Amino acid sequence: METVSTDVVIVGAGGAGLRAAIALAETAPTLRIALISKVYPMRSHTCAAEGGAAGVIKPDDSFDFHFHDTVGGGDWLSDQDCVEYFIHEAPKELLQLEHWGCPWNREADGSVAVRPFGGMKKQRTWFAADKSGFHILHTLFQTSLQFPSITRFDEYFGLDLLMHDGRCRGITAMEMRSGELRQFHAKAVIIAGGGAGRMFPFSTNGAIKTGDGIAMAYRAGAPLKDMEFVQYHPTGLPNTGSLLTEACRGEGGILTNKHGRRYLQDYGMGPETPVGKPQLKTMELGPRDRLSQAYWHELQKGNTVSTQWGECVLLDMRHLGAKKIRERLPLVHELAESYLGVDIIKDPVPIRPVVHYMMGGISTNTAAATPLPGLFAAGECACVSLNGANRLGSNSLVELLVFGRRAALSAIDYLQTVPALDASSLNAAADTTRQRIEALYNRNDGVESMSGLRREMMDTMEKNVGIYRNEAGLQEGVNKIHELRARYTRVKLTDRSRVFNTDLFQILELGSMLDCAEAVTVGALARRESRGAHQRLDYVDRDDTNFLRHTMVHRQGADLPRVDYLDVVITRSPPGVRDYSGDHK
Amino acid sequence: MKERLVQLDVLRYNPDTDTEAHFQRYEVMCQEEWVVLDALNKVKESIDPTLNYRWSCHMAVCGSCGMMINGEPKLSCHTFLRDYPGVIRVEPLTHFPVERDLVTAPDDFMEKLKRVKPYVIAKQKKPIEEGEYKQTPAQLMKFRQYSMCINCMLCYAACPEYGLTPHFVGPAALTLAHRYNLDSRDEGRKERMEVVATKEGVWECTFVGACSEVCPAQVDPASALQQLKIVGSIDWIVEHLLPGGKP
Repeated sequence: METVSTDVVIVGAGGAGLRAAIALAETAPTLRIALISKVYPMRSHTCAAEGGAAGVIKPDDSFDFHFHDTVGGGDWLSDQDCVEYFIHEAPKELLQLEHWGCPWNREADGSVAVRPFGGMKKQRTWFAADKSGFHILHTLFQTSLQFPSITRFDEYFGLDLLMHDGRCRGITAMEMRSGELRQFHAKAVIIAGGGAGRMFPFSTNGAIKTGDGIAMAYRAGAPLKDMEFVQYHPTGLPNTGSLLTEACRGEGGILTNKHGRRYLQDYGMGPETPVGKPQLKTMELGPRDRLSQAYWHELQKGNTVSTQWGECVLLDMRHLGAKKIRERLPLVHELAESYLGVDIIKDPVPIRPVVHYMMGGISTNTAAATPLPGLFAAGECACVSLNGANRLGSNSLVELLVFGRRAALSAIDYLQTVPALDASSLNAAADTTRQRIEALYNRNDGVESMSGLRREMMDTMEKNVGIYRNEAGLQEGVNKIHELRARYTRVKLTDRSRVFNTDLFQILELGSMLDCAEAVTVGALARRESRGAHQRLDYVDRDDTNFLRHTMVHRQGADLPRVDYLDVVITRSPPGVRDYSGDHK
Repeated sequence: MKERLVQLDVLRYNPDTDTEAHFQRYEVMCQEEWVVLDALNKVKESIDPTLNYRWSCHMAVCGSCGMMINGEPKLSCHTFLRDYPGVIRVEPLTHFPVERDLVTAPDDFMEKLKRVKPYVIAKQKKPIEEGEYKQTPAQLMKFRQYSMCINCMLCYAACPEYGLTPHFVGPAALTLAHRYNLDSRDEGRKERMEVVATKEGVWECTFVGACSEVCPAQVDPASALQQLKIVGSIDWIVEHLLPGGKP
């Protein structure tokens, strides 16, 4: 197996990975950086983010407001020292992107424009029409091209972390075009591989969002934190699951049921605000968890609209007018028109909640460090405990930047302390990967189909681990996912070619998703309370006595994982009431 | 939901086993509102796991799934079955080497993109503490359209010039050069024009306009290239015809 020697390996070349790479290259130009991704950087799912990125910039806003919005939005499961660091770094990172050429929308005087977003007390969401993630990704990618110390390994599929004496010392990966394995030897590894939303059948996530980075760290012994918190975005297209950005509501779009009633007022987010005059932190500008839960209740009451794509509610943007829609929401306009045949200028568009984002991930601290020395993580794959039990829209694009950079700085500090290692010490670990892949190619007793197992996993997650959960359903989910993990050991590789074998990649991705799915279900079963995006029909209240804690899931080989807990860091905001009613203070 | 039996002729090629590419016919039941990518996914899931292609976002923004559909470069996630009543012919994006089946190697495009220096070049870096560069909505609109390129490479597949002379820098990369040239924050035009205003650059373009016709992001690369030619010509006139002229 060929060896690539480098200083820092980054796994994943989306927003977080690229930001980390640039920070490394700028701060320590002599370091060799290997940027590994299973896709070309501009294909990374950061490109699909639409609405924008939050950072305090306007005179009427304050760091305090952003702090409290984020902590309350996360139902007090955020680590407040992390939130504090984040809110102060956020505007700097967004300005840095501005200096790198990001085409942010502007005010008439040339300053950066902001728009309202759900759960935010002030307008603080920087945006580039409704293609904010796309522009952030391409700005970072294009900026990264000027640094000679960044060596990209595009379409290399990351396989296993190389551990030695408890430290992370590199990674094995497959060159997808040839099927050849490489070992990357490094002093530190940063995982920035994205979330795992594809474990659910109905998701805004692209096909590549299969949690490979999360599973890689989990297999190497890193705990996963708060995995049970899965965000449903309230407004997805009912057939493809494509996201219709929260900016639809930020700009003034309203949600109605089959009676034409703005039903959010019936779920603590009223009183009704005038159409076309959105009020911050009220009605349609409530947080995503509350809005998706309100849909579920409307469904139970029979208030949803039956469409050929299933039960929906309506997102009505007609009153915004053609000019504003074309200017501020061109992508939404196009998506609804082409995939659903609805012109949002003329008609309300049917929508329903869709799996969008994982609050949980590889456990990291505010320095983006995992408990494994030499292993750092940033972005959706990490749980740095910024988002708590529910992420506010427009915080995640900034999270990529703030903690991508922080992971790079932490890695640079860590490099000073790493003892030298003889290259041959990692050969045995690397060979384990080789054997794992060869076993798939050489097995003749494979009986389980990849697509069959994947379907069962997705159906289980939707049925048992959805917006509302209960003990019996979750227990069934845990049992089923555990059974699927066992059956996965007999999965059949149909395609035996070595060249760009997507049958093989999908099998590897399924393995990653099953690990993630098990952590989600086990965490959800153990958390006997309702908080943010984790809602239990059998434990309807938040329980700060027992569960003001992070769930930590530890992999135990083929057995069920072990669960323990870590206290939440509370600095200045004791747990309180989340108030999204119109008369909140 | 209306369904229909869709016939796909997909060009297959595996360098391990095939001496040349060949078409394979798949028949698969599809919903009328589906896109070609949905049909391919159903084939892969239920008929043939050995079929290979790239895809991710399913909303025409990641640029992964470019392929030839009935001879035209298209994003398969944004090509609707309803527009194709007969047999649908699916082939890898033309003008790029094939790795396997519908997967092509974009190395040449990646190299050219880097060569045009698609990033802000500022003579003096402004400290973050000094805030943003002011840029009016009018200044933004000068380049925004050209910043929408998703790097899907359909324009390279459509460009007859790129097919004939592979050293041509090509529509997307040149458009991104123009995008930065037009950005009020940038001072790198001169550096970029050394790559752009050359025989391999804009002067290779014969203004067929196919790039703009196939662009799924309405970037209109053809207009960017024409503007670049004008800029290049003015630079040339200033340099060669005006006394003491420097572009």
